[in-house]
Formats: sequence, structure tokens, C-alpha cells
Amino acid sequence: MPSIPYEHGLILAAILFVCGLIGVLTRRNIVFVLMSLEIMLNACGLAFVVGSARWGHADGQIMFLMILTLAAAEVAVGLGLIIQMYRRFHTVDISVLSEMKG
Amino acid sequence: MTMLFYLAGAVALISTISVTISTNVVHALVYLIISLLAVAVIFFVLGAPFAAMLEAIVYAGAIMVLFLFAMMMLNLGQATENEEKAWLRPQLWVGPGLLILVLLVQLVSVLVTQRVDVVPVEVGVHELSVLLFGPWLLAVELASMLLLAGLIAAYHLAKR
Repeated sequence: MPSIPYEHGLILAAILFVCGLIGVLTRRNIVFVLMSLEIMLNACGLAFVVGSARWGHADGQIMFLMILTLAAAEVAVGLGLIIQMYRRFHTVDISVLSEMKG
Repeated sequence: MTMLFYLAGAVALISTISVTISTNVVHALVYLIISLLAVAVIFFVLGAPFAAMLEAIVYAGAIMVLFLFAMMMLNLGQATENEEKAWLRPQLWVGPGLLILVLLVQLVSVLVTQRVDVVPVEVGVHELSVLLFGPWLLAVELASMLLLAGLIAAYHLAKR
């Protein structure tokens, strides 16, 4: 069976994570911010599965399942918040949320 | 198999970068689905077929379709796309981009020092479920509670 360099998988995960991080930091559209968060979570899952393949153990895949659950719950709540925000402000620009009036 | 890994990795990279620079939400979502499917192929190559299936079914299937439904409810038009183009000016993303690039170079330079070749051994659904319902049972229960909490929160938040 042909082999795959361990560090290349981790480097791929790192680059995907960085793409997501740039999206979170520079975007002003909240939908893109949520999508970039998904990319980052997915990159973490990829790193866990690569580690699981490296050590020949299933624990990394179990952590991937936990990340999957977390992503599903997070997206459900996040999309609910986006819909509520669009109803109130009629925009997806996160800078309208800058005033916290208590 | 090694070629498949690099090919899927390239597809994942290109489509993820397209998500990051795209201005149309729906186009970005379709690119994100391609990226997730490419990562599913990588999981398959790495000997994690169950994770690959879940990636395709849950991530690319359920979560992205949820995104698409929410986008249909929002009905963002051409005006949002033009706004997005105006927001993506280079002076806004060059600074953070360069700093993150420095961090990425550091990370990669650390990672390339450990050269280990992985010969993927398939860890199938049987071994995974023995572990899930053995030592990780508490985590499974907590995940179910998390999903229930997410369901209730999404119902309340999206209610009119």
C-alpha cells in the first residue's frame, strides 16, 4: 500500500485553517463569517483524521465526529441568529451590530 | 492512492480559496460543498471511510443545504453582492492576510521537520462504534444533549 507523508496532510489542514481565519477576520458579511468558521472547523477535523491515520487509532475519528456535531449545532444556532438579524436590520453587515445598548 | 491525496488536496485548496475571495453567497456555498467533498475523498484515502461518509452526508449534505435554505429565506440580491465587492478592498485584507501568512509559514516550518510516512490502515465503522459506545459513551451522550440544545435554540431564534 502506497504511503502518504504525514506532514503534508497537516500542512493542508493548516492552509485550510488559515483560509478560514482570513475570511473570519476580513469579511463584513455575517454569512461569509459563518462559512469561514465552517472551513476552520473542517480543517481541525482534517488534522484529527490525519493524526488518527498516523497513529493507526480511531480516537482521532471520534474527535472528528464530535467536531461534526458541534458544527451542526453551531450552524443551526448561527443561521437562526442571521435570520433574526436580517429581520431587524435588513442587512447582513456585522458592523450594524456594534452598538450594545443595555 | 498518493496521487488521489494530492489531487483532492489541490481541489480542496482551490475551492476554499474561491470561497474566501468570492462575493456571491450562493457561489461561495457551492465552492464550499466542493471543498468538503474533496476533504471527504482525503478522509477515504487516509483510511477513514466512516468519517468520509459522514463528511459527505452531514457536512456537504445537511449543513450546506441548511445554509442554502437560509440564503433562500434571506433572498440576498445584487445589491448585497455590490456591497460585498466594495468591502473587499485590498487595504482591508492585506494587513491581516500578511500577518496570518507569517503565522502559516511558522506552522509549516515546524511541521516539515517531522517526516513520517503514513501507510493508511483502514479503521472501519465496527472499531469506531466499539470505541464510541465503550470508553467514549459519555461524549456521545453530551453530543446528543448539544444537538438538542442547538435544535431548541434554533427554533426559538428563528421564530418570528
